[in-house]
Amino acid sequence: MIVDINSEKILRDDGVNYLNCDRGWKSWAFTLDHKRIGIMYLAGILLCFLLGGIMALLIRAELFTPGKLYLTEDKYNEFFTLHGAIMTFLFLIPSIPAAIGNFVLPIMVGAKDVAFPRMNLASFYLWVAGAIFFLLALGLGGLDTGWTFYTPYSTTTNSTVIAATMGVFILGFSSIFTGLNFIVTINKMRPAGMTWFRMPLLLWSLYATSIIQVLATPVLGITMILLTAEKMLGVGIFDPELGGDPVLYQHFFWFYSHPAVYIMILPAMGVISELMSVFSRKPIFGYRFIAYSSIAIALLGFLVWGHHMFLSADSPLAAVIFSALTFSVSIPSGIKVFNWLATMYKGSIRLDTPMCYALSFILLFGIGGLTGLFLGALATDVHLHDTYFVVAHFHYVMMGGTLIAFLAALHYWWPKMFGKMYSEKWAKVACLLIFIGFNWTFFPQFLLGSQGMPRRYARYEAEFEGLHRVSTTGAMVLGVGLGLSACVLGHSLWRGKRAPRNPWGAATLEWQTGSPPPHHNFIGKPVLTDPYDYDDLVFDEEEGGFVRRRRRSGSEQEKPIKEPSIV
Amino acid sequence: MVMASTTEEQDHHGHGHVAHHFDSAQQQFDAGKLGMWLFLITEILFFSGLFVAYAVYRVNHPEVFIDARQHLNTSLGALNTVVLLFSSLTMAWAVRAAQLGQHKLLSNLIILTLLCASVFLGIKSIEYSHKWGEGLLWAGAYTYGSEELVEQDKSAAKLAATAVLGAPAALIAVVSGAILVFWRKRLSSVVRTLVAVALGMGAIYFVGVGIGIIVEVLTHSSVSHEPGDHSISQVAGEPGPGVFFSIYFTMTGVHALHILIGMGVMLWMLEKSLRFEYGPDYFGPVDFVGLYWHLVDLVWIYLFPLLYLIG
Repeated sequence: MIVDINSEKILRDDGVNYLNCDRGWKSWAFTLDHKRIGIMYLAGILLCFLLGGIMALLIRAELFTPGKLYLTEDKYNEFFTLHGAIMTFLFLIPSIPAAIGNFVLPIMVGAKDVAFPRMNLASFYLWVAGAIFFLLALGLGGLDTGWTFYTPYSTTTNSTVIAATMGVFILGFSSIFTGLNFIVTINKMRPAGMTWFRMPLLLWSLYATSIIQVLATPVLGITMILLTAEKMLGVGIFDPELGGDPVLYQHFFWFYSHPAVYIMILPAMGVISELMSVFSRKPIFGYRFIAYSSIAIALLGFLVWGHHMFLSADSPLAAVIFSALTFSVSIPSGIKVFNWLATMYKGSIRLDTPMCYALSFILLFGIGGLTGLFLGALATDVHLHDTYFVVAHFHYVMMGGTLIAFLAALHYWWPKMFGKMYSEKWAKVACLLIFIGFNWTFFPQFLLGSQGMPRRYARYEAEFEGLHRVSTTGAMVLGVGLGLSACVLGHSLWRGKRAPRNPWGAATLEWQTGSPPPHHNFIGKPVLTDPYDYDDLVFDEEEGGFVRRRRRSGSEQEKPIKEPSIV
Repeated sequence: MVMASTTEEQDHHGHGHVAHHFDSAQQQFDAGKLGMWLFLITEILFFSGLFVAYAVYRVNHPEVFIDARQHLNTSLGALNTVVLLFSSLTMAWAVRAAQLGQHKLLSNLIILTLLCASVFLGIKSIEYSHKWGEGLLWAGAYTYGSEELVEQDKSAAKLAATAVLGAPAALIAVVSGAILVFWRKRLSSVVRTLVAVALGMGAIYFVGVGIGIIVEVLTHSSVSHEPGDHSISQVAGEPGPGVFFSIYFTMTGVHALHILIGMGVMLWMLEKSLRFEYGPDYFGPVDFVGLYWHLVDLVWIYLFPLLYLIG
């Protein structure tokens, strides 16, 4: 690729990039290239999302009528168990870090790869192995404990709990190694000049996520080992007959699983921070606050696991403390939302597809987060625990939050990953369908829950039928929207326009290299600039994207690098 | 950590290679060091679940723990502690040897560390097989003090357990020995050394077993084994000694698993060390494996008093 240094326009592109530089299945299966690993993760998690999504539609179909439509109660239990387990462990936890982060992080940091490329590949294969175990549990059938594997049912039932817990154990290591890799990469491989507070905010969020992955996931690992030992040997740690305590399992499980939801949301928030700035064409407001709030969420998230156990544990004092801490962890999230809105204020807003998803995120995550407060308050949680209110809450934050941000990220970095532009019109139609379908599906569930409809029930009282029917219809619309977005992106690989280096006019380092990037990420060293300064970036008609206009004074003077934004 | 520079004469084949994505050897070393420390933190959290379970049950039922632990052989535990501490010394010394380019010493120290680990496992097997024979097992399998257990059966059970636990070591020793006897000529010197080390590890394991038996017999009288001693029998529905042994076996079992993994990694490192791949400009792997081994030792330093020295 030959570039004009005065304007950084591409003069000649030889077309060699990471996708076509090497051919054959072995060049993918044994690759050490973080970009290829990211793409393989992307394919894998999207497949699992499809599987989990099909389960969801089957569940919603059954719930169209109060009585049995086509699923027995036991089969229904198996379906929601697999839906939850596949979605949380195989899709949500890896999604943004593994599929987007693996691709973008090293390029954003100006490096050639992550710190430990072989461990990165190992992480991917561990994910595959974990997925196989889960699919085994699916195929062998019978797993009906719920994705939480609560004792004593999980230790006494005959179903394929062990296959599933060993799958979770293996997946845990995939997550740990990814987090470890990211922490070392960000700590040790930033270029001179990219100090902590000159990093793009996505890196702050991935760093905070990685801290959680490294600290919390091992506890899940030992919990799964103990569960397996309990089933296979009868060690008795969770069995009251043998002097154990089943609630201890809940403590162990939620000590990981609450921080896990922050693993899911922090990278999403990082993506939104990037998008808000680029598509308002304005430096991000409150950079330091956003950076610190990511770390605060990561740390505070470890202190609130008891709010999943208000109705199972004994101590009112502990409950009060957990409730108070739960309220405090909502504050950093709120800070981020205010900063994003302030970024938009008086900005030059462009409603490209990634921005449409990002705006959806703010609304949907806002609703999800606020409804979490009802659950964090003890008096209301007594009524809402284990009802559809909880189901609606976590779908708003996980799906309306993480999934929407994942789609935003996918649409944003798609030109970079594949060198193709998708149809903006149809992508926006899909976004709208998803937004409408999502609210159609899940908003009624808040009402169902507050009226008393319990979760995980295959049959329900006739009074709830109306809202269930609304919800099921919405799920079908949501499915169509998601299917459409898949078609739009898939079609772009076939027929999409060639993507320029910087279609969105962003200032982070990955937009300085080709779309798709070459194997070693950069030809020469990238020019370090303020990641949120758009003044120098102008749209070039010929290239169809943004280029950095250098000053023609003859000297190599770049704008002095200052810390992004003033607080 | 300062990296010493090297002259051409000191360069041996193939080492000191800086991976293409790193800017310098120093960056590669720093990254590896941070990576290993992060991994150790995950290991600490992995064990923490077990320590929390220990704390919860001990705080709630201290008398169960103090009663049950009388069946542990403190002498064997202390011996194992000394063995592991010594292995940490040899490992730390090995790192120093790598930094100074003392190739032969480095290889010997790695081998010594491996042999210490083998002794540890041998002694451990005696502890495990003793408990197996006496029925001092985890809660679901706890049968100590029940009338069905008879003296001869106990000895037979202990022997069987020792044999089962020792089978892998015996297999390794026999196969290694066979390879050395029949295929010696066809092996390179490095491979020959590795096979000899494997043979040594298997053999030294049984030295550990022997030491364990001797110490066990000598200290046997200090532990009461009265049948009908109901203060240590398991009552259904209440925490009893079974819970102590559940925690004992999971903790020492997971720890032993980490010893095995460490031994495997050290063998890999030994192969490279025998090829003179480590030196003043490239000793990261030795350093990092050393860190891992020190953590394994540290976990035992916590396990020993918490399990063997309470009450």
